[in-house]
Amino acid sequence: MAALHFHNVTLGYDRHPAVHHLSGEIARGALVAVIGPNGAGKSTLLRGIVGILRPLDGSIHLGGLDARDIAYLPQSAEIDRSFPISVFDFVGTGLWREAGLFGGIGKAARAKILRAVASVGLNGFENRPIGTLSGGQMQRVLFARVLLQDARLIVLDEPFNAIDSKTTADLLALVKHWHGEGRTVLAALHDMEMVRTHFTETLVLARGPVAWGPTAEVLTPENLMVAMRMCEAFDDTAAACAADDTSSRAA
Amino acid sequence: MVYDALIGPFTEFEFMRRALAAVIALALAGAPIGVFLMLRRMSLVGDAMAHAILPGAAVGFLLSGLNLFAMTAGGLIAGFAVAILAGVVARSTGLKEDASLATFYLASLALGVTIVSIKGTNIDLLHVLFGNILAMDDQTLLVVAFNATVTLLVLAVIYRPLVIESVDPLFLRTVSRAGGPAHLAFLALVVINLVNGFQALGTLLAVGLMILPAGIARFWSRDLTAMICIAVVAAAISGYAGLVLSFQTRIPSGPAIILVATVLYIVSVLFGRVGGIVRQLFPGRHLEA
Repeated sequence: MAALHFHNVTLGYDRHPAVHHLSGEIARGALVAVIGPNGAGKSTLLRGIVGILRPLDGSIHLGGLDARDIAYLPQSAEIDRSFPISVFDFVGTGLWREAGLFGGIGKAARAKILRAVASVGLNGFENRPIGTLSGGQMQRVLFARVLLQDARLIVLDEPFNAIDSKTTADLLALVKHWHGEGRTVLAALHDMEMVRTHFTETLVLARGPVAWGPTAEVLTPENLMVAMRMCEAFDDTAAACAADDTSSRAA
Repeated sequence: MVYDALIGPFTEFEFMRRALAAVIALALAGAPIGVFLMLRRMSLVGDAMAHAILPGAAVGFLLSGLNLFAMTAGGLIAGFAVAILAGVVARSTGLKEDASLATFYLASLALGVTIVSIKGTNIDLLHVLFGNILAMDDQTLLVVAFNATVTLLVLAVIYRPLVIESVDPLFLRTVSRAGGPAHLAFLALVVINLVNGFQALGTLLAVGLMILPAGIARFWSRDLTAMICIAVVAAAISGYAGLVLSFQTRIPSGPAIILVATVLYIVSVLFGRVGGIVRQLFPGRHLEA
């Protein structure tokens, strides 16, 4: 049973494709790394999956999940760090699915929030305003919120950028824990070593899909070379794309 | 003596009691809105909106003279129209909200001044621009109280999405569709409170009792709930002290209220616990951990 099904998906901006003709599926419970050079369309693909960006063409099926079953950690969250909100309250917003507009945050929910804060190693930070946190601590806070969202599909966009090795190790352990719980996890990453050791499945993206499959088979120097050669610039005079279905990977 | 100065005016004159009641209602509803305007970096949007309600109020004035009820209704319609049009344009085109609002409010302001000038006298124009809280009748006071009540109720409903949208709009978009409606409801509340303040303080100063208390609160607390409470208290104190000042001197009531708020603001900038200038100059010795 697939958690995600891409049918000839093209995603982009202003008609220019950033992800071009992607087809395939991701099994429920898979742990997938999405790699590729800057501008390869990794973030665009993830934005398409969580529904912030509508495909220019083709479709993405969520296999029965609705938007609330997805937890999304964007690369550069548009978070207003100067807003006066405590770590506790901020992490607590992850309970939106249960609490919604009016639902109370009861004793059980409070305990849950405290547990989430503790499990990312931020005990004692509950009452600190988010504006006083370091970059790594803020990333831990965001992971705590994802934890609370209790989502079946977790989408992480370059979650370990500019994060020290200790924090990376802690957060990576959390990712593997989610995988162990049977959640589907997708992460855009740059660290090939990390992908090789921890992720079972890899999609190499360079606007179009270069390779997709078990990490050991996909992560070859040849594939990475192909990906690196991708031309980033949009061609302003490009003609409308005529290809209708270049299936990149049989499901 | 002190009694005569501070409490006497209110026991003696009914118009002073009405004015006090009105100003407290304005403080209760307007100050929390002001805090959100400030935190969402929309302070000047509030100001722009204040001008946008002018043509509506002017049409009300044109149709039924100096009838505050008609002017309120007109102001609400114009304000809603501009707020919603600007919000819709911003959301559907990617134009920043302030840019799209600027267009609409400039057009509104020009239209409003035109309408008032064609029909009214200079005194009317002064009244429209600066309000007159001392001329408040029972009916108007009820309208003010009603608007304040509605504001607090709606704010309670949209509080959670409004806060989350202010901190992390992308997150709210991924978990809920409440962000858009909450934002529009908030803009509507801004309009309601501007029109409310409009009767007491006039179009030019109405936004003052929302923004200044919020600015004051920012210097005393880092906690949202506390900021809202401080803003309400600061607005109420400004209102009361402004009325007393206006009664004892020849300063008109609206400007008196805003001037008192300004004094409180300056004191906060200088001596505020959070980021006040004196605190920054003499921070005390650094801590151990």
